[in-house]
Amino acid sequence: MAFAAFSTTAGAPEDIQRRRSPVALLLLLPGILYLVLFFLTPLVSLVLTSLQTPAEFGDIGQFNYAFKWENYVQVVSDYWPHILRSFGFALAATVLALVFSYPLAYFIGVKARRWPLMQSLMLVLVIAPFFISFLLRTLAWKQIFSDESFIVTSLKAISLLAPDAHLTGTPGAVIFGLTYNFIPFMTLPLYTTLERLDVRYLEAGSDLYANPFQVFRKVTIPLSMPGIVAGTLLTFIPAAGDYVNASRDFLGGADSQMIGNVIEANFLVLLNYPAAAALSIILMSVILVIVTIYIKRAGTEELL
Amino acid sequence: MKISLGKWLLPLYSALALIFLMVPIVYTFIFSFNDSLKSNITWRGFTFDKWLNVCQVQNGAVCEAFGNSLVIGAVATVAATVMGTMIAIAIVRYKFRYRSATSLLLFLPMATPEVVLGAGLAAQFLAVGVPKNMLTIILAHTMFCISFVVVTVKARVASLDPALEEAGQDLYGSPSQVFMRITFPLLLPGILAAALLSFALSFDDFIITNFNSGAVSTFPKYIYISAARGIPAEANVVASAVFILALVIVVTAQVSTAARAKRLAKLS
Repeated sequence: MAFAAFSTTAGAPEDIQRRRSPVALLLLLPGILYLVLFFLTPLVSLVLTSLQTPAEFGDIGQFNYAFKWENYVQVVSDYWPHILRSFGFALAATVLALVFSYPLAYFIGVKARRWPLMQSLMLVLVIAPFFISFLLRTLAWKQIFSDESFIVTSLKAISLLAPDAHLTGTPGAVIFGLTYNFIPFMTLPLYTTLERLDVRYLEAGSDLYANPFQVFRKVTIPLSMPGIVAGTLLTFIPAAGDYVNASRDFLGGADSQMIGNVIEANFLVLLNYPAAAALSIILMSVILVIVTIYIKRAGTEELL
Repeated sequence: MKISLGKWLLPLYSALALIFLMVPIVYTFIFSFNDSLKSNITWRGFTFDKWLNVCQVQNGAVCEAFGNSLVIGAVATVAATVMGTMIAIAIVRYKFRYRSATSLLLFLPMATPEVVLGAGLAAQFLAVGVPKNMLTIILAHTMFCISFVVVTVKARVASLDPALEEAGQDLYGSPSQVFMRITFPLLLPGILAAALLSFALSFDDFIITNFNSGAVSTFPKYIYISAARGIPAEANVVASAVFILALVIVVTAQVSTAARAKRLAKLS
């Protein structure tokens, strides 16, 4: 679904005759104006809010406009573990989802070509998680891994898990939840590029005495790079900002809170809007820097 | 060994991977039949009660949240689909200035974490003094759906042959007749796909909603808030019913496209 955003941009034919006409302005205006009002100016509000200072005689939640850059220093010194954890968890979930999804996408996109019906059925199963609430899926895992569950009691019975250990509420559980929830976002773009992969290139590789591993590394991986880039971005960006998996009522615990949880708590519970806004700006800036570097590297070193 | 690796290991892995993806869905479905009390954690026996009396728990809180989600999804989908389709037509068909700035403005909402979109809008509503209610949720959902509509419809506009519309003009069709009789019907599959995607995104959105909903409940928000004290089995009923409906729609669409492709192959 969302993968189309990244994978079809290059596909459209550019040979269509484009006209200049005032109609274009009429067509663009409502949507563009809407995005300026409800996407762009909110980002400006966020920057302004992040620099606010508490009102002198005000209640909790009352702030005045200022240029209090110390807010940024303050939130980084208060919440650096959460910031680092968010990017660490997102990176781990992205790598795990890639390792999980690649063989699956390869099977559906390349090996299952001979059976179109099975191919489309398998694709339906990949997107099936989208049809059921993201929160209920995560809660289901919480209950499957809860302390009274069959899995935990049997792991404890064979001493693979200490008697006082838990599976939920740990960093591992949060990474697991993030990985599970974003697997379809990884698998779909991988599938779209692998589905177009010309197997004759792979045969050419083996004809030139490459062993299967070399063919995979030197031919398959480079040819599927657009899918890898799209899938990792579609997993990494939402995973870094997620706060459902890490929430204490879901899979998280005290030592696995992410930046999203801190933003939510500051904005909706503590009414410390400047701190929430400053953290949001930091999150967005770091993601934009990482994404730009990543696209550049993947574009120049791997795609050529 | 090498042959068996390619022949058996990959299909076996794929089957197991797909089963793994289904685990929480099957779990949610099974627990919609649980004869549970307040919370729905341990299995207490099989019953159809929850399916038959979905709206009776907590004075209908589950159904009210579900109804709100339907209304919000429908309004946001219509608004985003109209504006997004117009932009998609403009981008493919017309020349205009600031094209790359426009593309960037359309791309950025998809590359921004939801928590930032949600907090940004909430900060703006707070600064302007707009109270949070159903309208602010709809405004927020429309915003993040527009870009996805543009991307989906753009592909369809690009594959549309302008000669068909020119033929309409040559036959003295007015611009509005050409649009209603030729352009719109040909774009319809793309527009419908975009509308379905928007509705799905809006219906399942929690993070942005949570920042801009105030006291209004939506289905995902209801689940999030109830998670602390236990989710009633009725929520599983609603989610399972939506799942089955969506699955039926998708499988029907798949089968009918496959059937149409077969018919076309026979004709040629």
